Amino acid sequence: MENSTLRETPLKSVHISLGAKMVPFAGWEMPVQYGDGIIAEHRRTREAASLFDICHMGEFEIDGPGAAEELDRLLARPVADQKIGSCRYNFLLNDQGGVMDDLIVYRIDEECFFLVVNAATIASDAEQIKKNLSDAIEFDDLSDNTGKLDLQGPDSARILEKLGIDTSFLPAYYHWTEVEIAGISCLMSRTGYTGELGFEFYVDAEQVELLWNALLENGASPAGLGARDTLRLEMGYPLYGHEMDTATTPIEAGFGKMLKLDELPERDFIGSAALRAGTPSKTLVGIKLDGRRAAREHTEVYSASGELIGQVSSGAFSPSLECAIAMAYINTGAISKPGTKVLLNVGRNMLEGSIVPLPFYPGGTARIKL
Amino acid sequence: MKYYTEEHEWVEVKDGVAYVGISQHAADELGDITYIELPQEGEFYGSGDTLGVVESVKAASDFYAPISGKVLAINTDLEDNPELLNESAEDEAWICQLDLENANDVKDLMDEDAYAEFLGD
Repeated sequence: MENSTLRETPLKSVHISLGAKMVPFAGWEMPVQYGDGIIAEHRRTREAASLFDICHMGEFEIDGPGAAEELDRLLARPVADQKIGSCRYNFLLNDQGGVMDDLIVYRIDEECFFLVVNAATIASDAEQIKKNLSDAIEFDDLSDNTGKLDLQGPDSARILEKLGIDTSFLPAYYHWTEVEIAGISCLMSRTGYTGELGFEFYVDAEQVELLWNALLENGASPAGLGARDTLRLEMGYPLYGHEMDTATTPIEAGFGKMLKLDELPERDFIGSAALRAGTPSKTLVGIKLDGRRAAREHTEVYSASGELIGQVSSGAFSPSLECAIAMAYINTGAISKPGTKVLLNVGRNMLEGSIVPLPFYPGGTARIKL
Repeated sequence: MKYYTEEHEWVEVKDGVAYVGISQHAADELGDITYIELPQEGEFYGSGDTLGVVESVKAASDFYAPISGKVLAINTDLEDNPELLNESAEDEAWICQLDLENANDVKDLMDEDAYAEFLGD
């Protein structure tokens, strides 16, 4: 992709002054790492606190009488029963049950919802959502004017305390609140993509640099998309375009139980008929490799007896486990239970590994009680 | 005297033995190096043959024999300590020693000034 066609976040010059290496990602020019590298940034997130520029992601506001019921028919997990003040991970599906996007729904009040979507799918999501909402519901794409920062790591609450936010005021896991930090109004949720205690902030794009500086001055260190990827991989979190796409159902991606298809047999949403009628063709697993060499996306996975059984969706060296890890789709019918030995074809060599339960890294602080 | 390839390997001849590695520029570009596959000791590699693979968190990259020769020794320290490639790519983190087939081979490669200019382009 030509650099001239890439979009820039309001923080681009700040990243460059901090020594960031900038790379194209989902049509944006984003920092992949800063001075001392991905592994150092990864470790600091697990041990202290990191700050990520996530301004590329999209935000929608959906507001109007009956919005809850309309979103309930539009998204794979229920929305109508979601409490005001809560966040819920959800999926936008096509009629075939394939994932058009994975997203987080914030219930702002009885009739108003805030949706956080992936950067690469903003336009297709907006089209699908608008097409399926009645005229009574207002849809606003706030992406261009919204800045998003993620503060992640066990020191996150301490940093907010230094900025005058009492710990007792912080929202519980997967809840949000409105706060003022350094004079900036923020929507702040206790969510994230690293497995650590952390908060995501949504602010006016013009104020994002002020918030970035305030958080760095109080103890956070900048981290790039490289560390964000190894951190989410250690947690087994899917990344859209890798673990999920329109040819993959949420059931195949491991979220079948969350959809409550059996518990709520009468619930009807876009894709539900296809999910109820279909059988999954693959299942997502974690693979821990015996060595340090990584098996990257599209690497073929073989059973111990040499049968091709699947394909890697994401793979990298894990800084926490100090070995290579991968997520892979295993074809239905092949053995995919933890402990199963597998071989990964990386060209001149076959790498050995075992299927393991997710997450790879169970020590995260995301859900700790404050 | 060090010589460089366009694929960012270096070679330095000391007492008739050619030390081979990847350039500091290549190591910096890769970022944190997490794994290296070393060439086979005793094996002959022709100029341009794949010697092995070096991997960072984000990427994997083959590296090639800058000249022809038999592998006399490999730097096994790198197997347990691949980050040495980031710290000292052109010194402590030499990858292998080649038995020089033809001392004139290196003359086809870039010297330090030419490599610096090549990187500048």
